Amino acid sequence: MSEIVIIGAGPAGIRAAQTLAAHGVKPVLLDEAGRGGGQIYRQQPANFTRNAKILYGFEAAKAQALHTTLSNLQEQIDYRPDTLVWNAEQQVLDTLHQGQRAGRLNYSRVIVASGATDRVLPVPGWTLPGVYTLGAAQIALKFQGCAIGEKVVLAGSGPLLYLVAYQYAKAGARVSAVLDTSPFSAQVRALPGLLRQPATFAKGLYYRTWLPLKGIPVHQGVKLLEIQGHQRASGIRWLQAGREQQLPCDAVALAHALRSETQLADLLGCQFAWNPLNRAWLPVRDPQGRSSVPQVYLAGDGAGILGADGAEMTGELAALALLQDLGKQVDGARRDQLLKRLANLQRFRHGLEQAFPFPEYWAAEAADELVVCRCEQITAGEVRDAVRAGHWEINRVKAMCRVGMGRCQGRVCGAAAAEIIACESGRPIEQIGRLRGQAPVKLLPFGLEISS
Amino acid sequence: MKESAAMPLFKRVAEADREPLPFTLDGQSAQGMRGDTLLTAILTCSEHLRGSDFNGEPRAGFCLMGACQDCWVRLADGRRVRACSTFLEAGASVTRDPGRRP
Repeated sequence: MSEIVIIGAGPAGIRAAQTLAAHGVKPVLLDEAGRGGGQIYRQQPANFTRNAKILYGFEAAKAQALHTTLSNLQEQIDYRPDTLVWNAEQQVLDTLHQGQRAGRLNYSRVIVASGATDRVLPVPGWTLPGVYTLGAAQIALKFQGCAIGEKVVLAGSGPLLYLVAYQYAKAGARVSAVLDTSPFSAQVRALPGLLRQPATFAKGLYYRTWLPLKGIPVHQGVKLLEIQGHQRASGIRWLQAGREQQLPCDAVALAHALRSETQLADLLGCQFAWNPLNRAWLPVRDPQGRSSVPQVYLAGDGAGILGADGAEMTGELAALALLQDLGKQVDGARRDQLLKRLANLQRFRHGLEQAFPFPEYWAAEAADELVVCRCEQITAGEVRDAVRAGHWEINRVKAMCRVGMGRCQGRVCGAAAAEIIACESGRPIEQIGRLRGQAPVKLLPFGLEISS
Repeated sequence: MKESAAMPLFKRVAEADREPLPFTLDGQSAQGMRGDTLLTAILTCSEHLRGSDFNGEPRAGFCLMGACQDCWVRLADGRRVRACSTFLEAGASVTRDPGRRP
């Protein structure tokens, strides 16, 4: 039997499931996590007791609404948590259940809502224990009730920087400093775009002003020089207005915004195009989320970063497109309303990119000794050597020096490696190509149990 | 990789009132709590999860969402699991891979 499948039970996947169910279609909802919500609305383990307000702050109502939607859908959908999709082909998905049981699932149509991970630009010392992504710092707190250290520095750029700082301080963790690579002037210039979503902007502004009031230093326009430490992080050095500064700390959370998880769309044969706003190759889609492959639909941050609200909208839109393609009657006014709200959100997203600009100087200034790929321990210098040997297409460079070939399959190093290759070869970043998706998209155990 | 007088990496700031779960870490007795991932249980009493495959330098995970593959540890039955996405069970015997030096 061929199913209608949704991959990912975050904001996009849950809204898609709800929309399909409301139109009499029973989808299979596959999710790698044990409980629904995605990363942004990740649920704590069942025996934890903090309430939604503590866990999700201003977003508590949205998180609860999404979780409630999923639990109310139990009868109307086939929800399969703890299920990783590790390969995707025409009409069939290969899955891994609870880390050991393999399965296959035939689909007639599939909505891919695979989400995002942090985009990381390495800094010397970033492989030391105590250094995590901003998303990781947030998960430690939300999902495990832990801070990543006693004295935490949050560094990099993007809205998550201030949000995580606020959440940590609120939870009683000690935030030693926030180091933002984007200058304050950029945020002022971005005001018109940011005011497209006044409520979201107000929250961001609230976090930003709350931190100094609580005595947490916020430094903007910094260049990160080094995370210091032997065996574990013990301090951080940076440059601000030409002056070098240093601060002791035992943990650093580091990221420059987010990157889409596109491997499954790639394996499904979707066409990709360079997206300057995301500074990444993304699967192409029509405004409602139809990919270039007729049976494949795309939604949420996995198809381009737009945040949780956008993910809910694109999830519903992709489901409506799928229903339309099945010949079902859908509410056109609802669809048009979603498209309009989405257009507004896109303008806000442009504002965010202006407020937290990508540090384009990063690749030129990365030292040859800097480890770019933490799986295979490949340095910037080794990537540059491959480029000097005449290679500039990222998969060729990967073949030459193994950058992106390790266990994470380039999730962590891919963006940074692309920047180094582009800089060293003198080519625009969009010309050096994109890392091909490979199955299995995540590691599989040798002792895989095959169910008949 | 030597670990002299290990100071925990993670600090618990909430949910302290849970059932304690004993386990062993590299043969030494240790304690976590129900609902801890292996990563949390290990890093609240120690400071690393594995050694790098290329120089043995300590690693303690990075993304906590199953993407970076830098938090693998080994269980008594021989299974290698991601510490960030595997829950601690009472009596678990966890060993850390020291990695390799060139």
